[in-house]
Amino acid sequence: MRRAPAYAAAVALFALTFALAGSLTAHERGIPAAEIRSGKTFLSRNLQADQDDPAANLGLLWVDQGAELWRTPAGTEGKSCGTCHGEPAAMKGVATRYPAFDAALGRLMNLETRIQNCRTTHQSGAPSLAYESQELLALTTLVTYQSRGLPMSVAIDGPAQEAFARGEQRFHRPQGQLGISCAQCHVENWGKRMRGDTVSQGYATGFPAYRLEWETLGSSHRRLRACFNGVRAEPFPPGSPEFIELELYLAWRADRLPIETPALRR
Amino acid sequence: MARPTRILVPKTAKKGEVIEIKTIINHHMETGFRRDDVGRVIPRDIITRFRCTFGGEVVFAMELFTGIAANPFIAFTTVATESGELAFEWEDQNGEVTRATATISVA
Amino acid sequence: MQSALTRRTVVGGLVAIAVAPLSTSAAFATPETMSDAMRQELGPDARPQAGRIKITLPELAENANAVSMRIAVDSPMTAQDHVKDILVFSEKNPVPTVARFHLGPRSGQARVQTNIRLAGSQTITVVARMSDASLWIASADVIVTQGACFDGT
Repeated sequence: MRRAPAYAAAVALFALTFALAGSLTAHERGIPAAEIRSGKTFLSRNLQADQDDPAANLGLLWVDQGAELWRTPAGTEGKSCGTCHGEPAAMKGVATRYPAFDAALGRLMNLETRIQNCRTTHQSGAPSLAYESQELLALTTLVTYQSRGLPMSVAIDGPAQEAFARGEQRFHRPQGQLGISCAQCHVENWGKRMRGDTVSQGYATGFPAYRLEWETLGSSHRRLRACFNGVRAEPFPPGSPEFIELELYLAWRADRLPIETPALRR
Repeated sequence: MARPTRILVPKTAKKGEVIEIKTIINHHMETGFRRDDVGRVIPRDIITRFRCTFGGEVVFAMELFTGIAANPFIAFTTVATESGELAFEWEDQNGEVTRATATISVA
Repeated sequence: MQSALTRRTVVGGLVAIAVAPLSTSAAFATPETMSDAMRQELGPDARPQAGRIKITLPELAENANAVSMRIAVDSPMTAQDHVKDILVFSEKNPVPTVARFHLGPRSGQARVQTNIRLAGSQTITVVARMSDASLWIASADVIVTQGACFDGT
């Protein structure tokens, strides 16, 4: 359901609520370790229960779809994901390390772009998987699901250092027409009410997630687009280096929160 | 690719026990009341019927309308009578049917 | 010929204004259209009695796109005495009939659950039709909150 006129009101609320910008020194999470809370804890008890229910968590439909794609041969050599990787369970722990710097490609990759790359390099002749396509979401959700319950543990040193620094900078930089940074909402004002929502701490440990507003499952980059729209900033394209850098910073900020994918979110 | 569904049925039950069955199916339940970016009405596309049978007998049925949320979740109860197969059918407005089954062992 | 400004057109106009921000749809139900739908489903002379139905809906729905609804009807669910149908009606959704559940003695209990869409805060009405043809009715109010972080896609 569209609520365009309400949008302007939400935007105005943003501006009123966050008049002051904060500054943080490098590599500080801003939230004490003991207070770090997953996005799940900001949901109603009903939705939290649904997230844990194998027959009520709608995101699991994409896990099933991903499992089918995993064993479906694609490309001229007729290879499936399973041909190289075996069972999906072999992917356990992988998602906790993404985004990660790929030395051969010389750039930061998240799980989506890693799968896209895998598709074009190892399954030649197979149609590429568009970002946010049902197929890529299903495979990403399946792979991330293998790490459900495992803590995030991304590398931010070595070759990832520069990309991490850019992501960190972007998180703290005022953006858009409202000039609000990610940190102003998710570090300085988490827990406060904004219209019907409670501002979360802004981690992506549940993504790809089934969002009620979307009525479907979507990527963390689709969620970031909503944030950018909220502060009237031009969102980066899904899968762009800018969003992957931000994703790396969010993954590090999550400290050691466990992966919840597929989570339910408002 | 078949429409993904998920069914939760207890694997075992005592004879006469009332069991809860939960189901979900991947379907956008497009209402026909929304418009796209250029103002065209997005046509209605919904599941209209769901039923669960055991041994050919209907144990539960539901009619769905546009007010049912996307990716319909349906939960209901039935009496466990004997071991066998529960059959589930979701039918859309065009008569296309998605089928799934689940077995239950009744002692 | 000039058309007279009837009460109906005035009321219709106000309703249209009130609901416009909630949806791009022009067609919306009102408590009156819901009553029409109920008459059609239950017959013109139906007089449901209050009671026997328990509706569980959140007082505050987090998102109008999917609101968890549980319905339980007090019935022995025997071959002689059971719930046949559970009908759900909305006073604001564009289609007033939300769902029809069909049960029988094989159900064991009259207990169902699904997720519904709500075109705004409203009262949801549930009617149960029993095997003896008696009708029971109950209602529940839900307030729909507006989220802050939507991207409209």
